[in-house]
Amino acid sequence: MKPHQPRIPLREALAALRDARGDDDVVVAAMGAAREWMTLSSHPLDWIFVPSSMGQATSLGLGLALARPDRRIIVLNGDGSMLMNLGSLVTITSQRPRNLVVIVLDNGVYEVTGAQPTPGSPAGRTGGDGVDFLGFARASGFDSAVRFTDLAAWRNELANLLVRAGPTLVTLDVAPVPGARGPRSPGPAPERARAFMEALEKVE
Amino acid sequence: MFSGDQIASLLRGLGITHVVTVPDSTIGQWEPAIERSGVRLVRVCREGEAWALAAGLYLGGAQPLVMIQCTGLFESGDALRNVLHDWKLPIPSVIGYRSYLNQDTLPGDTCLEFTEPILKTWKIDYRLITEQVQLDVMERHLRSCRAAGKPGAVLIAEGKA
Repeated sequence: MKPHQPRIPLREALAALRDARGDDDVVVAAMGAAREWMTLSSHPLDWIFVPSSMGQATSLGLGLALARPDRRIIVLNGDGSMLMNLGSLVTITSQRPRNLVVIVLDNGVYEVTGAQPTPGSPAGRTGGDGVDFLGFARASGFDSAVRFTDLAAWRNELANLLVRAGPTLVTLDVAPVPGARGPRSPGPAPERARAFMEALEKVE
Repeated sequence: MFSGDQIASLLRGLGITHVVTVPDSTIGQWEPAIERSGVRLVRVCREGEAWALAAGLYLGGAQPLVMIQCTGLFESGDALRNVLHDWKLPIPSVIGYRSYLNQDTLPGDTCLEFTEPILKTWKIDYRLITEQVQLDVMERHLRSCRAAGKPGAVLIAEGKA
């Protein structure tokens, strides 16, 4: 168990990813990450998973990774969402997609509902300890699992991480965004699904 | 009721590329034949994962099918709602109907009370399959749902828990 010490500003962490992301990469973003990502990127291969079923971004990302092994799939997931679907880590490693990167944005709270502590964060646990997502990942069979606690290290390592053979799990200790709420849907979901599929088909 | 080879042949005929599944004692018996057929089997840890994983496959151009027991249907309601209704992705499914033919193991199994009402509540067009001769009913239903661009399910009556 490691103490939870959020340090990285979420927006800066995601801006670094936007700058490092390849043009053919797919980014799946859910919940608070989707809210921020929409303001940073408008790439046709962005899958803004809004509305979503909470916790399912990793599963959807795995499906994309299996269907399109020629493309890198980057999933932006919150820690609360990750806790809701921890079994998906095992499902991911059972398939060993080399092209899947899961980024857990760990702020210790359910940000979009008013920043209540998750049961995995020190503030949400009787013992005051925090759960170790890297430990979950390694125990599930991820060969590549890395934690970042400061922005400079994340910026420095990001490009290397993205080209590493996966599946890869990254945790970023990010600071909650004060007063932040849930993401607003950027448009009718079925139409966005069709546009995304067309964009993915066009990628050579 | 059906052999694995019958089901695998049906799935191949429908162009299914991936079966996303949590087994039960009936549908789990089909796994070896499905894998032999070349349809990729993706085992998930809980049924909610299955719908989202199938959604990702579909968005990527594959033709997935979800294969779970009715208890997994109950478990996976929110994921199903999101994939089939919010995003309107036409993911087909095969659902095992626990205790329909025989309640010796679980007398009074409430799966019999809730399975079909829940399928109707989730607005899933389904066909109940109770006899071997209905294999063609399964195929016609799944094919017609695909042609209509809507999700469809076949509910397979099972005889034991």
